[in-house]
Amino acid sequence: MSSAQTQSVRTGRVTRSFIYLFLLVSALFYLLPFFIMLLNSVKPLGEITGGNMMAMPEVFTLEAWKAAWSTAQVGVEPTGLRPYFWNSIKMVVPAVFISTILGALNGYVLTKWRFKYDTILFGLMLFSCFIPFQIVLIPMARILGIVGLSGSTYGLILVHVVYGVGFSTLYFRNYYAAFPTELVRAAQIDGAGFFQIFYRILLPSSGPIIVVCVIWQFTNIWNDFLFGASFASGSGAPMTVALNNLVQSSTGVKEYNVHFAGAILAALPTLLVYIVAGRYFVRGLMAGSVKG
Amino acid sequence: MIRQGEVDFRTRLQNWIPKVVLSPSLAMVLVFVYGFIFFTIYLSFTDSRILPSFGLVGMENYSKLWRLSHWTTSLTNLGIFAFFYITVCTALGLALAIFLDQKIRGEGVLRPIYLYPMALSFIVTGTAWKWFLDPGIGLEHTMHLWGWTSFKFDWIKNRDFAIYTIVLAAVWQTSGFVMAMFLAGLRGIDNEIMKAAQIDGASNWNLYRRIVIPLLRPAFLSAFVILAHLAIKSYDLVIALTGGGPGRATELPATFMYSYTFTRNQMGIGASSAVIMLMTIAAIMVPYLYAELKEKS
Amino acid sequence: MSFLNINNVTKSYGSIEVLHQINVSVEEGEFLVLVGPSGCGKSTLLYMIAGLEDITSGDISINNRIVNGVHPSNRNIAMVFQSYALYPNMTVGQNITFGLEMHGVPAPEREKAMNDVAKLLQIEQLLGRKPWQLSGGQRQRVAMGRALVRNPDVFLFDEPLSNLDAKLRVNMRTEIKKLHEKLKKTIVYVTHDQIEAMTLSTRIAVMYQGYVQQLGTPKEIYDTPANLFVATFMGSPAMNILPAKVVVQDNRPHASVATSEGNTVLLPFSQANLAAWQGKDILLGIRPEAITDLDGADRKSSNIVNLQNRVDVTEPSGSDTFVTMTLADRDTIARMRADVSVAAGDVFDFAVNMDKAVVFDPETEERITEG
Repeated sequence: MSSAQTQSVRTGRVTRSFIYLFLLVSALFYLLPFFIMLLNSVKPLGEITGGNMMAMPEVFTLEAWKAAWSTAQVGVEPTGLRPYFWNSIKMVVPAVFISTILGALNGYVLTKWRFKYDTILFGLMLFSCFIPFQIVLIPMARILGIVGLSGSTYGLILVHVVYGVGFSTLYFRNYYAAFPTELVRAAQIDGAGFFQIFYRILLPSSGPIIVVCVIWQFTNIWNDFLFGASFASGSGAPMTVALNNLVQSSTGVKEYNVHFAGAILAALPTLLVYIVAGRYFVRGLMAGSVKG
Repeated sequence: MIRQGEVDFRTRLQNWIPKVVLSPSLAMVLVFVYGFIFFTIYLSFTDSRILPSFGLVGMENYSKLWRLSHWTTSLTNLGIFAFFYITVCTALGLALAIFLDQKIRGEGVLRPIYLYPMALSFIVTGTAWKWFLDPGIGLEHTMHLWGWTSFKFDWIKNRDFAIYTIVLAAVWQTSGFVMAMFLAGLRGIDNEIMKAAQIDGASNWNLYRRIVIPLLRPAFLSAFVILAHLAIKSYDLVIALTGGGPGRATELPATFMYSYTFTRNQMGIGASSAVIMLMTIAAIMVPYLYAELKEKS
Repeated sequence: MSFLNINNVTKSYGSIEVLHQINVSVEEGEFLVLVGPSGCGKSTLLYMIAGLEDITSGDISINNRIVNGVHPSNRNIAMVFQSYALYPNMTVGQNITFGLEMHGVPAPEREKAMNDVAKLLQIEQLLGRKPWQLSGGQRQRVAMGRALVRNPDVFLFDEPLSNLDAKLRVNMRTEIKKLHEKLKKTIVYVTHDQIEAMTLSTRIAVMYQGYVQQLGTPKEIYDTPANLFVATFMGSPAMNILPAKVVVQDNRPHASVATSEGNTVLLPFSQANLAAWQGKDILLGIRPEAITDLDGADRKSSNIVNLQNRVDVTEPSGSDTFVTMTLADRDTIARMRADVSVAAGDVFDFAVNMDKAVVFDPETEERITEG
């Protein structure tokens, strides 16, 4: 999104003030919930239950963060979110890696080595991104049970690769469609084979789309709840499931400050990616919706 | 004249390597997506309870399903949720995009603020809003402390209004994304068209109503399709925010399917509800994807 | 057997045949240009020679070897693409030697070959740069360098000049011709630009709708076009095509044409055999340069006819003045000296060189040949 071509609509003073007011109020709307969460995560519990959520903390404490990370009761064990955070990392890294590589190769084949019915095959892969995953839950649970992967990180890796490859293929296909086919032809005449063309010609120019794809897959897989809750609810659960267990636990006093710290911990990796590479994140969002 | 063999090895290799490379992904998708879809469709015609079983019972699950008030409530809730979610997201997204497009100072700061919730998990969103909306501790409580004691905002505990809290949190999460889509659409409009309309004497209102918004048609379509499919798939947010309650006030088909299949041990009915969800999404997505792919090739 | 032989080649996509029974043979060292409007199949034919498109039927041989089904890299051809197709991530030097590397040529030899080619094309100072740092003309040179370094049997050029601006295009055209005259390599060159075709080629194949309309030297194509398409496609401004009737007078066939002043003029043919067409309709083709003022007429011609007609428009181009009049109800363009004194509205004395006139059968659109 470049602002190179901003429109030259002229607006009056009153209209302009209204526009700024609207934009600022909206910004407040988007910022407030997260800001309040952050604010209250550094208060002792008493200040939250007895006080005003908008008030600045009277006592600044990181106890809630420590508790959320390493001692809070998640499910039955007082382990904090730490082990689940690593579960998520162990799941996300391989799943992102595999689905991105597969997507890159698929996109390469579907644009540069076209064959009969390739668009139909791509359509089948693309539709798989949009299905309600409820439709595959039952058989997936069965299969993971049969091959002994239920409750494990490996099972979730498989699931996320399977249901992520459609999007990664979409990204690389759209990107490579704009990559000049004449370069591939020239390399063929020069004597480069299928994989040589991919490694030597296409891959070195794929930096931006690799970033887009990795960010998208990372965000999606990290934030997934349905698959995690369905196939890995015990000690193998990913961060989102553990956070939900922490927040929903019905026993004892509701430790809001710990919940907030936990929620921010769960949000931190994707938020960090968004702050560092927001531009690519937006590109990924757009490419996933308005294709072309 | 040297006569070559029909096709040399290298060319033959080159003809089948691409298909071999594509086949693992394709096999995965065919088995884990389409195979599973057929399996679930099959289950929806069986008497499966806690485990899949293969006694065919015809349409029984479907007729049971439609007699369940739990299911019809879920559908009604989905209708309300989808309508307000799509409308509000589109209106807010469009307004933000149009306003941001007026050479706004600080656009570079505002844009990421509108969009960052999209990077969060629905579980995080749910956690934040659940507490913010809780009358005993959140917004209502704060207003009371500030002296506005008659302020009342207890939707999340109210059967008639709880569904709108889902709308609120979902709008918070995705309206920035819709804004980005419209903004991209606006920036794609040829500046000369705008200039021509201004020379023709169009007011700003007419410029947007008659020229710009009609030109954004593709963005509207994309936004609708994406939002509609997100609405139908909504699951995480409900679990984190309300757990489907109070009562069944925020049950959606996705939560219905999950609870019937995995906690109430009515797998046949769960499968049939999943099939109906799939068919609804397919009715929206298939024509859209078909048009997109056809346009391209 | 010719060096490059295209024998009864057809190409179909599904049930649609896009190239029909193409027969072209090229001798070693020839410069063949395939010219035609877009969609005529010229690029498809070039890609089939390169091996980038399958051959549906017929065969193609290069240097006494049938190459159907041979991988592009094993045909000993090199290609210069319209977009130049320089690998964006490699330097100029790496671009030039990539093909040698893929063919397993050792590094020292690659280095030497690269330096020789760079010297020949005067791009030595560019070897370390990336393609995006080059101007259009430099990219063009590098693309040629990549082709030359392979020392192939046949060079294939796919509209190599169409992405350059007008001035550079003329310069590079000359350079390509110089290179051909120096290296005497066999070249097949695709273009839609008939001037490139005329200036570069030793032979031209004019293509249209998947057929080779005419194959011949530039002079044959220009002076004796096989049919109406070739006649109007080659040459700018295009050949004037006038509906006329054959009238025999004093034992000599004439073309009877209506002028803008309501008269008919009789233009005597140089070809005697047209008497057989007496009373029939024909299409008379006269190139603009065959219609001049009386002073500018070709002195070597034996058949200059004087014609009085009203001038509609004059367009001075600097080097020439184009004069438009109406003959046989058609806009008819004459090409005159720049300093000719003529103005719109004048009734002017035109000189028509009927030695250069060609005649087409309006039914078949084929040229009516002499003898």
